[in-house]
Amino acid sequence: MATEVKELKWIGKRPIRPDGVDKVTGRAKFGADLTLPGMLVGKVLRSPHAHARIKSIDTTKARALAGVKAVVTSADLPELASEWVPAGELQINFRDLSSNILARQKVFYDGHAVAAVAATSAALAKQALALIEVDYEVLPHVIDVVAAMQPEAPLLHDDLFTEGVTPTPETPSNIAKRVEFARGDLEAGFAQADAVVERDYTTKPVHQGYIEPHAVVASTSEDGQSEVWCSTQGQFSVRFYIAKLLSMEISQIRVTPSEIGGGFGGKTTVYLEPLAVLLSRQTGRPVKMVMTRAEVFRATGPTSGAALSVKIGATKDGTVTAAEATLRYQAGAFPGSPVQPGAMCAFAPYAFETFKVVGYDVVVNRPKVAAYRAPGSPIAAFGVESALDELAKRLEIDPLALREKNAAREGTHAAYGPRYGPIGFVETLQAVREHPHYQAPLGPNQGRGIASGFWFNIGGESCAMLNVAEDGTVVVVSGNPDIGGSRASLAMMAAEVLGIDFERVRIIVGDTSTIGYTFLTGGSRVTFATGMAVVQAAEDVVRQLRERAAKVWEISADAVIWEDGQAHPAGANAGEFEPLSLRDIAAEAGKTGGPICGNASLNAQGAGPGFGTHICDVEVDKETGRVTILRYTAVQDAGRAVHPSYVEGQLQGGAAQGIGWALNEEYVYDEDGRLQNPGFLDYRVPVASDLPMIEAVIVEVPNPNHPYGVRGVGEVPIVPPMAAVANAIENAIGVRMCDLPMSPPRLLAAIDNGG
Amino acid sequence: MAKYHVSTSINDEAVEFLCEPQQTLLDVLRDELQLFGSKEGCSSGDCGACSVMLDGRLVCACLVLGVEAEGRAVETIEGMAKGDQLHPLQQSFLEEAALQCGVCTPGILIAAKALLERNPNPTETEVRYWLAGNLCRCTGYDKIVRSVLAVAEEMRGG
Amino acid sequence: MDAMQYEAPGSVDEAVALLAAADGAAWVLAGGTDLLVQLRADLIEPGLVVDIKGISELRAITPENGGFRIGAAVTGAELGEHEGVKAVWPGVVEAMELIGSVQIQGRATLGGNLCNASPAADSVPALIAAEALCSVVGPKGRREVAVAEVATGPGETSLGPGEIVVDILLPERPARAADAYLRFIPRTEMDIAVVGVAVSLVLDERGVCAQARVALGAVAPRALLVPEAAAALIGGTVDDDALERLAAAARAACRPIDDMRGTVAYRTKVAGVLARRAAGIALARARSE
Repeated sequence: MATEVKELKWIGKRPIRPDGVDKVTGRAKFGADLTLPGMLVGKVLRSPHAHARIKSIDTTKARALAGVKAVVTSADLPELASEWVPAGELQINFRDLSSNILARQKVFYDGHAVAAVAATSAALAKQALALIEVDYEVLPHVIDVVAAMQPEAPLLHDDLFTEGVTPTPETPSNIAKRVEFARGDLEAGFAQADAVVERDYTTKPVHQGYIEPHAVVASTSEDGQSEVWCSTQGQFSVRFYIAKLLSMEISQIRVTPSEIGGGFGGKTTVYLEPLAVLLSRQTGRPVKMVMTRAEVFRATGPTSGAALSVKIGATKDGTVTAAEATLRYQAGAFPGSPVQPGAMCAFAPYAFETFKVVGYDVVVNRPKVAAYRAPGSPIAAFGVESALDELAKRLEIDPLALREKNAAREGTHAAYGPRYGPIGFVETLQAVREHPHYQAPLGPNQGRGIASGFWFNIGGESCAMLNVAEDGTVVVVSGNPDIGGSRASLAMMAAEVLGIDFERVRIIVGDTSTIGYTFLTGGSRVTFATGMAVVQAAEDVVRQLRERAAKVWEISADAVIWEDGQAHPAGANAGEFEPLSLRDIAAEAGKTGGPICGNASLNAQGAGPGFGTHICDVEVDKETGRVTILRYTAVQDAGRAVHPSYVEGQLQGGAAQGIGWALNEEYVYDEDGRLQNPGFLDYRVPVASDLPMIEAVIVEVPNPNHPYGVRGVGEVPIVPPMAAVANAIENAIGVRMCDLPMSPPRLLAAIDNGG
Repeated sequence: MAKYHVSTSINDEAVEFLCEPQQTLLDVLRDELQLFGSKEGCSSGDCGACSVMLDGRLVCACLVLGVEAEGRAVETIEGMAKGDQLHPLQQSFLEEAALQCGVCTPGILIAAKALLERNPNPTETEVRYWLAGNLCRCTGYDKIVRSVLAVAEEMRGG
Repeated sequence: MDAMQYEAPGSVDEAVALLAAADGAAWVLAGGTDLLVQLRADLIEPGLVVDIKGISELRAITPENGGFRIGAAVTGAELGEHEGVKAVWPGVVEAMELIGSVQIQGRATLGGNLCNASPAADSVPALIAAEALCSVVGPKGRREVAVAEVATGPGETSLGPGEIVVDILLPERPARAADAYLRFIPRTEMDIAVVGVAVSLVLDERGVCAQARVALGAVAPRALLVPEAAAALIGGTVDDDALERLAAAARAACRPIDDMRGTVAYRTKVAGVLARRAAGIALARARSE
């Protein structure tokens, strides 16, 4: 597929998003905004213990309470075999997922769901929860990843034997998996180095922090047909998971995605949805379930906390001769941390000849991790990009020059396997070098840091449908929940292909019964993969339009071209006809063969890898340890920015989340393993006054595998910030922070200890 | 459970409702009056997604009891556009892409409107501190702050 | 669960009667920014909530003998808009205004911040430094009590059954007097104080500190008045030496705990830093009087 060379009418413009007015007027319906007649309220009883055996659950009293219509426990769920399936960028095991939505023999974390009730009011549902009697045998627990890896650590699962080591261990442990990516002779590489930096780093689990809590309404009829309305990144995934978890046929379930109030990966799995269906099935009434904020923090997936070791060596000229990393990621209660993608991303921006990355997936008594924006990559990048900065300082080389010297380019054999096609990493470094920010003066206690980041981006399965209305306006149906403006970019691509005004294209997000299977909104795939489907569906419409014009003109369809939204005779030989617009052809569609409807279904390959480089300026209050972000610039290769405003928004939002991760966000557990800060008061996401403007600089190195050159953009921006902030702090006051978050108490302690 | 009868004004319309005393104004708006524009993000006053005006003051509807609305005037996002005329802030948020998922947007618009009514010429810092009670996890606030500053200038006739 | 009742009395006597009759199961609702959070999180289950915002004297700010009597249900926003109080007691006003967001300011009250009895309450150290008094009315009548005596520990007050705080009296100020409040929070807004320091001082004509009061928040079970810190300021021109002694005295007075908001070491060190900085602000304000 060649990138379009002619001037584009819509790609690169900034029209108002099609769903915009609903969202500024309060009309948009999010997960908790649906009410059905006769609806019950469902609530979940959660474990107060970090690790305990469930000896018994007595629901008698709860069931006896007037107004309580159903109480369910894991006994109401089918037992499933261990089976892994892809879920966004991670994998889900159905046996574990089932045990996560309702605990079986054991609870594995504070907040683990134990039972669910449906009642006629929220107050009664809460009362019913209090009447459920659970007899727990409290077990020793383990929170820390390094502690969990020790042989004497409390064991979560006695059937967990480390995968990826030969021979498979004979004793169970909390280490679910070991992964390794390596090339070259490490020892020889380090021997060539003039300087070697070796450091240990830790990161804390951080939550996606979407403002909208998980919410679902399910309604099941007597014949077992279920209608589900929920806030999700993937209605088809929800449908599949419910079918699996409740042993239903997929076609019995229709899932309608509500508007989604943020997800960032966290809404790629299910928590409440199967429970709502189960409760609705048992009661014959619609059931609504909405999490509280505390439940969101206690029981939904953050990303991993981790302990990593990084060692990088280079010669005097800055050429890296060897690089090594060991990544230990918390998976939470069940296996499945993003350590594999983390290990693959660790050295991905660089053309290192010799490296080794080892990763461990480790279960601990915390909520099961879920995807969070470039899962795994930011954690690895914090270590690698911090170590590179220190190496540059050791070698007295500009940190940007060190990255330029080792940067991956087209043709580089990526550390995780493939050879890169056209990529824009070097271009982001160049944009940083040329940006006024990089040379701007700094005051006392101020410093500047840079860091880079990588994410694969994915493609995958998508469908799209375009229906031409009688007046020539067009309705696009996509299968991806619109989490940040993707309806705009998809509609723009349709308008571009059809050559009509953007305003004449409407777009809806279809439910699972109105559009074909479409993989979830994640992996920065929608504008790339579903965009490609929309382009192909629009091309299908164009083909039909040409045929219809050919019919009217009584010439061959090959002799009709489509240009500027009109059918024209291809040349003088085709005959002389007045052009026919989409509107003209649509008006006569009935007479020329019936309604015009374009379809596409594909499995998109060739997502372009994404690279970004950020510049961060900080000021440090050395007496309190407070870090103020003074200025921030995020540079990224977007391939082609379809709607630049929303691309900038991704860069700005990802950077802000990364700054929160860097400075203040963390889970605090007490010694009994109970979460101490399950709210926005003490889980401190950045507020408006914490941040400066975040300048977004878009670099465009087109992805040859997309008709308009699109690369995913949503995930890369969260990768660089933690190291960028750490590097800036070091630059400001000479203190190297290796543990996140770099909160005031931690930074002040480091300053007082002389760094 | 005995319900309380409350007479109030919502978006300049006289409204009566019945509520339980522990129901918050947010519960009442959403569950009793089907005004779903005000969002529940935390129920503890930390996220601002339920921001409404109560007798001309910006408040979190989750921290007001429904019964407290008796005899008072409530303004919600549903009343921000007049007829088919969007408020300049609503229009600007659309044009400047000052929203991504949109769930915090109603609260932020109500808060921003309250700011500009008090201070038609805020600095960037004033906008940021005024909006500190409204969490947005998508945008990094950049386009929101720019949008509010642009509207302030526009409304001043700049 | 008994149904919760809600009452909005129009007078203090009515409120006191309702509370006294409720026998401990009643809670006073002022701004509700703490009460409703606790209610929602099922931390409390009141049988009765008495909304005192309908009592006009609790909503008023009244000048009195050069000072101000501030109704317990006056909100942060209302206090911040009162130019008179702001001019005389800028530290008290800035402390109250630091509490929460604009949304919280529209509801949170001075009386509520005091009676919630959080060790980290922002307004309390400032009120203690200001030597504020509050009027307490109960079934046995009215009494005056120093603000410092209201909170006795986290969530605990010295108020008897049926008693409510109705107003807070900020005294008159001489010339060349000023106060200041600083707190440390991890973010720039929306957090609970990790440390709070209020400094109130009066300079004589030569610029010598004649009187001073220093109070600390979030470093002990309740806000602390620290006379040793004040002593470091009194009798001198508040030079760097005095400020260092002030900081040392503030640190020495700290009896904090380790929790998710800060460590003992951190709170202690930052208390000294903030004491020095707050004194500097108060000094500059007093000098510009």
